[in-house]
Amino acid sequence: MLSRVADSIFWMSRAIERAQNIARFINVNLKLSLELGPAAQSQWAPLIYTSGDQERFAELYGEFTQRNVIDFLAFDSKNDNSIVSCLRTARENARTVREMISTMMWEELNKFFLSVRAAANDQTILDSPYEFFTQVILASHLMEGITDATMSHDEPWHFARLGRLLERADKTSRILDVKYFILLPSVGDVGTNIDTIQWGALLESASALEMYRKRHGRIAPESVADFLILDREFPRAMHHCLIESEKSLSAIAGGRADRVYNVAEQKLGRLRADVNYSLIREIIDGGLHEFIDGFQVKLNEVGAAIHETFFAAPPSILEPVSSQ
Amino acid sequence: MDFSAYQTDEFYDEMFEAPGKPRERSQHLVSRLQSLSAGELQRRQKSAELALLNMGITFNVYGHEAGTEKVWPFDLVPRIIDGGEWDMIERGLKQRITALNMFIDDVYNAQYCLRDKAVPDWLIGSAKNLLEPCRGMTPPKGIWCHITGTDLVRDTNGQMYVLEDNLRCPSGVSYVLENREIMKRTFPQGFDGFSVLPVEDYPDRLLDMLQHIAPEGVNDPTVVVLTPGIYNSAYFEHCFLAQRMGVELVQGSDLCVTNGHVFMRTTKGLERVDVIYRRIDDEFLDPKTFRADSTLGVPGLMDVYRAGRVALANAPGTGVADDKAVYAFVPQLIKYFLNEDVILPNVPTFVCGEEQQCDHVIANIDKLVVKPANESGGYGILLGPRASKAELDKYKDLIRSNPRNYVAQPMLGLSRVPTIVEDHFEGRHVDLRPYILYGKDIFVLPGGLTRVALRKGSLVVNSSQGGGSKDTWVLRNGYTGGRFPTQRQTMTNGSQSQYQAS
Repeated sequence: MLSRVADSIFWMSRAIERAQNIARFINVNLKLSLELGPAAQSQWAPLIYTSGDQERFAELYGEFTQRNVIDFLAFDSKNDNSIVSCLRTARENARTVREMISTMMWEELNKFFLSVRAAANDQTILDSPYEFFTQVILASHLMEGITDATMSHDEPWHFARLGRLLERADKTSRILDVKYFILLPSVGDVGTNIDTIQWGALLESASALEMYRKRHGRIAPESVADFLILDREFPRAMHHCLIESEKSLSAIAGGRADRVYNVAEQKLGRLRADVNYSLIREIIDGGLHEFIDGFQVKLNEVGAAIHETFFAAPPSILEPVSSQ
Repeated sequence: MDFSAYQTDEFYDEMFEAPGKPRERSQHLVSRLQSLSAGELQRRQKSAELALLNMGITFNVYGHEAGTEKVWPFDLVPRIIDGGEWDMIERGLKQRITALNMFIDDVYNAQYCLRDKAVPDWLIGSAKNLLEPCRGMTPPKGIWCHITGTDLVRDTNGQMYVLEDNLRCPSGVSYVLENREIMKRTFPQGFDGFSVLPVEDYPDRLLDMLQHIAPEGVNDPTVVVLTPGIYNSAYFEHCFLAQRMGVELVQGSDLCVTNGHVFMRTTKGLERVDVIYRRIDDEFLDPKTFRADSTLGVPGLMDVYRAGRVALANAPGTGVADDKAVYAFVPQLIKYFLNEDVILPNVPTFVCGEEQQCDHVIANIDKLVVKPANESGGYGILLGPRASKAELDKYKDLIRSNPRNYVAQPMLGLSRVPTIVEDHFEGRHVDLRPYILYGKDIFVLPGGLTRVALRKGSLVVNSSQGGGSKDTWVLRNGYTGGRFPTQRQTMTNGSQSQYQAS
């Protein structure tokens, strides 16, 4: 497939996943703020920090109120990573590859974007924000379902899947990091009632609560981290995302599972192995935030390698690989 | 919604012979529309508009900064063409494109038509769209113009005329298919009892044609659609056609010329391209041959084309025949090349390049429509009867300074079709653009794009200037319908025992 098209499909899918995860971030905090009452107000700042866009936020808003944070993360087109901006990006990418994706995908994405854009101008959304953000999560899942069910599982689909999974791995790590920020000011709360509620909300934001209970039963911080980082089967767990993206990357390279064909595969394989052979106790002892930070850096390197390998225009002297 | 108050005025109405008297071909539809309960049609019109929005069926308008896309305006009342009349139109279009193709080939080669005075010397000598690099060329299979969109109009007497030929990169066929799709989604009952000729096979026909013109010796040609990109007004259509044909949509930057062939850059390296359905204008195709500043094209493309290693549709150079001055001579060209009389007449046209006709145009400019010879999209047209004195004077000067570039025609009262205006129907002017594919044989898509001037009294149907469209139905005469084969019942939950028993 065309390099330009692969690039667009990868980012289309990645941007949709990003929008979904921002909605998840917001929803976890909305729930927390209901359960924690006034104390929760201080919990909106970490959301901005974990998204990494604190400078842009300071420039545009300043104060970390619920309203400001939701506006910035969901509706502000001046924030390139807001939900509405992500969907605009996804739609623009889809528009340039409309001939590659199914009509149903295009139509649903188009509707998704239009509905969020309309919501951005509808202040009544903030009366029941939880509903709205749940709709965003559902619409993103709908896109994933339609993609899987209407697109041939060949190269373009693998690029879409790769984009989605890498984004998801990154965002699950950030959801976990939110907890780290929240914990910082009140280490004394560890193991208390409040702590359990917060870890529970965190799991819910990754739609992981029920699956977690099946696997670990009681909510315990170490087990939660174990589940979201190291679980092989849970679809939002970082490890699972890496395992599956490695499969797609390998399918794209067209190679055998026991060979490495390019730098992207090499970097992703190494990161996956790192996680595969990690123990949660080691991770926590070494610092959860530090682990997550390192993970995100390596994930970005994988992204850069994918760009170099597949999307960047190859030098024009490249030997043709196909002829009649 | 009924037609009791509907007026045909002094125009030919495609649906009614006279107020309250439907034409035979539309009787059935009229009674169906009238049988709908109050508000029903408007509801369906609304849902059609919503579907268009959701489907992202849009066109780009140049000069609109924010949100360059506009939703394609569509009216639910179709325009109906009788099968018998369509036969005539189809024959007329085939005749026309055959002669035009012979003309283009002759112009770039022997120029017999000039030697024999079939057209005047000045016409070709001064043609803006004559491409010198194409001289002496003959494209694969001798076909220059593979895809044509010819504009037809009907005057107040019901006579069908050719208004102009679009032989370069005619747009709009995707809307023909999407209009049909929208009609089926939102007003399926409208089709009951009719046999409307299908349009859905156009992309297959297009692909067949493109594969047919592949370079010699290529058995399984790789076809691509070349677009200028997402900001082009017809980008939607470029995507649509590539998708429906299942081929790559490429931009100039995706292609390169290496080792005498055209390649596209893929995730697995370079892949050879054999046929390019290009939707960018001639002058942008190859910066090495044409405009050096073009970033839309592919450097070296023309060399590969001339060497016969890639096919281009339409062939570069076809624009020489969609010059509006050349248009005026098409009936003569049909006589000259085919020795036949023209089936679909031209609108009477004064050619300013001929001195006497030019004088007549200047003297009668307030009664005429003046058109520049090489513009498209409705730009640069003067409607004499509706123009101010200053505008008339300006055009007189324009014509005097460059008579070659102007033609003039009487102002036609274009035919009308009932169109939904809030809670009632009003007549709105329409034209028709059928699409013709010239490959192994000549195929005319039944119907075409009916464009409608949505503003009251307006004659301007271009989408860039406020026009919309309607579905176009060509009726199959004498069709009796098909039957379904009988099918075994499907298994349902709890029904296993029943199947085991049988």
